[in-house]
Amino acid sequence: MSASVLFDAPGPRARARHRVLTVVGLLLILGFVGFALWKLGEKGNLAAEKWTPFLTAEIWTNYFIPGLINTLKAAAISVVLAAVFGVLFGMGRLSDNTVIRWASSVVVEFFRSVPVLVMMIAAFWFYAFNQTFDFDLVPLAAVVTGLTLYNGAVVAELIRSGVGSLPKGQSEAGLSIGLTRRQTLRIIQLPQAITAMLPALVSQLVVVLKDTALGYIITYDELLNQYKSIGSFKSNIVPAMIVIAFLFIAINYALTRVAGYVERRLRERGRVTITRGAAGPGAVAEVDTAIIDQQLHEADERALRER
Amino acid sequence: MGELFAEFNVFAAFGMTILLTVTAAIGSLLIGTVVAIMRLSPVAVFQRAGAFYVNTVRNTPLTLIIIASNIVMAVNLGFNFSKDFSRNNLIWAVIALSVYHAAFVCEAIRSGVNTVPVGQAEAARSIGLTFSQSLREIVLPQGFRGAITPLGNTLIALTKNTTVATAIGVAEISGLMSEMIEFRSDLLLFIFLIVAIGFVILTLPVGILITYLSKRLVVKR
Repeated sequence: MSASVLFDAPGPRARARHRVLTVVGLLLILGFVGFALWKLGEKGNLAAEKWTPFLTAEIWTNYFIPGLINTLKAAAISVVLAAVFGVLFGMGRLSDNTVIRWASSVVVEFFRSVPVLVMMIAAFWFYAFNQTFDFDLVPLAAVVTGLTLYNGAVVAELIRSGVGSLPKGQSEAGLSIGLTRRQTLRIIQLPQAITAMLPALVSQLVVVLKDTALGYIITYDELLNQYKSIGSFKSNIVPAMIVIAFLFIAINYALTRVAGYVERRLRERGRVTITRGAAGPGAVAEVDTAIIDQQLHEADERALRER
Repeated sequence: MGELFAEFNVFAAFGMTILLTVTAAIGSLLIGTVVAIMRLSPVAVFQRAGAFYVNTVRNTPLTLIIIASNIVMAVNLGFNFSKDFSRNNLIWAVIALSVYHAAFVCEAIRSGVNTVPVGQAEAARSIGLTFSQSLREIVLPQGFRGAITPLGNTLIALTKNTTVATAIGVAEISGLMSEMIEFRSDLLLFIFLIVAIGFVILTLPVGILITYLSKRLVVKR
């Protein structure tokens, strides 16, 4: 057993206690599962005819697959746009021009602290009233707008912490061979930063994919929305919900595993990585950005003196 | 503009957002601590059950959990807390938010405890402290400091995620925003800014406080 902070290697008495606790734990889990199944069965949710529709091709081709495609479509467009937004404002926050830096900081912090749903709703009505898009496209456009602004801000912050996690020697080496600050950032720091933040970026994909489900609220016809049509069509709303939840969990779990794999690979190659850790939605990797802030501050002071 | 505030009670809606945040924060802290204890316990069954909870909940969209709390738990299975429809939905929204964020609270606590080097506990045992003493005096004080930042980030995320409760008709600010825009579409940008700035006001102090606390309480190693 690996060493733990909390527990010493168990002796005979502790092992006996663990065996008792194992039995208690198993009984608790069995009791809980049994209760859930009993409750579901009581309302007829476990009847075979409620589940057989999922074995037919039509329910997949008419509902699940179109819903899944819409979910993935919104996520894919948002990811690309968020990457562009993020690189732009991430570099803006690292600019040595004070005005650009402040403006980028305000934009990034603003979109990070406004809920995605609020941005989606506002975008939805904005597009609907101004007829910016075809009527059918308004929900998709609103979902993409909300996801792009929020995740773009997160990516911008990741780029900043990615650059901050690099050894100071990297930028010093770049500057000492005669590159300008901007060249150093673009040629030396940014490529390394993007590698360092790769695992965090993949975990961010999970957040994007989960948040497409918010599109349900603004009538975007994504995966979650299918439960209504399936439920009214086959009157099996609870089984439909369970299958949809399973699809979401399977995709996101796979993505989480990919993020872990990428991180391990990078670490094996001796690269610095930043992860989002356990911080959850809305949180950004905790990397000390004090170094960059100080460098920028020094650059400011130099500029002031030269003036 | 004035009529907007006269017609719609913006403050009551933000009050509901705060109420959801505070109650769900307490709920998720309770559930999250229990799950964290399970994941940190030496008994494999509890570890597995805790990991299963975290992996499942973390990979499920919050919208789905909130809608399922209404469609599956309240309507289909008939778990009701109140005869009053909106009150019942409010309670289910708090439970759904707590269940969802508990997974993140669990991981925050666990990552906090994991920042404590094994040597600390070994030193505690070697000077003869008992299990509860080493937990109380050595491990938890350090672990708590390591957990401040992720816990604070979870609180900020929770504040913003309360907006999803509108999916089951809880009268919080994003639902009211939708109504206000339908009523005065010419003021769309202004209405959005009011709501957005409201959230900046709610989340910014928490962010500043976390940064301050984590800098002040950081364990030098």
